[in-house]
Amino acid sequence: MIIWELFASFFTVGLFSFGGGFAMIPLIEREVVRSQAWLTAQQFIDILAIAEITPGPIAINSATFVGYKMGGLWGGLAATLGVVTPSLISVLTIAYLFGRFHGAPQLKAALSAVRPVVVVLIFSAAISVGRQTIVDVPSATLAAIVLVLMLSTKINPILLLIASGVVGIIIF
Amino acid sequence: MCYNGHVFRRVIVLEDRIPPTLATLFWSFCKVGAFTFGGGLAMLPVIEREIVTRRGWQSEQEFVDVLAVAQSSPGAIAINTAIFTGYKLLGLPGVAVATIGAVLPSFVIITILAATFTATTPSPVILEFFMGVRPAVVSLILAAAITVGKKVLVNAFSKRLALSALAISLYFNWHPAILIAGASLLGYLYQQVKRRPGASS
Repeated sequence: MIIWELFASFFTVGLFSFGGGFAMIPLIEREVVRSQAWLTAQQFIDILAIAEITPGPIAINSATFVGYKMGGLWGGLAATLGVVTPSLISVLTIAYLFGRFHGAPQLKAALSAVRPVVVVLIFSAAISVGRQTIVDVPSATLAAIVLVLMLSTKINPILLLIASGVVGIIIF
Repeated sequence: MCYNGHVFRRVIVLEDRIPPTLATLFWSFCKVGAFTFGGGLAMLPVIEREIVTRRGWQSEQEFVDVLAVAQSSPGAIAINTAIFTGYKLLGLPGVAVATIGAVLPSFVIITILAATFTATTPSPVILEFFMGVRPAVVSLILAAAITVGKKVLVNAFSKRLALSALAISLYFNWHPAILIAGASLLGYLYQQVKRRPGASS
């Protein structure tokens, strides 16, 4: 049953990928190209290109695409559900425990140390994405302008993304 | 003085706060799903704007806690954030609408693409559009780090911890989940030491 196989494969992808985003790509590749042979390496690269220029999490985009190609609308649904299910189980468990131990001094102490680390993780994400995308003067200028606007005005980030895309069409 | 200012700001935030409903929660995460390009933490500024700044459903601190959980659980960060936020705000029905909201834009767009296109060479105009979007995504993430950092890095302990974490992530490239687990243990131990009689600050 392809529907079940799609669900199981993408359940594995969802379960073993921590940190999200590009960290999930090797896992998806292993399941879809090497272990199941649903796609060739070239097809997989094409899907990544699509996933990158369409909005939404890369894992969801790949799951929906592969699922649809292999099993139509139901295949897409099964693969997407598969990749989301491990998140549902683990995050709900943690959220439940958070609620139970809310206000406990131990939890407060742990979180007070976790928060600065999260700030650093966000900062490092900006650095690692920046290394790949800020490669010349136009891209650096664009990034600098967006940063100043973000910090000094209340412009909606969605609007800034669209405006930057339009600027990209004009200058690149 | 400083303390009063803090309380005053907090009151303003609370007065502006509109209680979340299933419909507004769904719509907020629909926007998150529809306007996050590049995956991972790229969705963070959009979520922060929706949940913290615009709707006032969570404080910056609570938002950072959600991110810690989202990064140390398996799966996509945007989906994990939707699940945790949905649960905190409206329980299990909240989880359902936030998750479906975050997934739906991807699902619809990709299904249409998969059904209509066979060859996948995007037009130059689309590629140029994304060459413009990507540097902006970097700045949005950086701005989120600065905004959240101002709220979180308020004492010597948090600043020292952040510097150590930065050094570790730059030189050793440890996984976020390990850094978060390590920090929570450190925070717990630090509190145990601090609570001993005679210890200060």
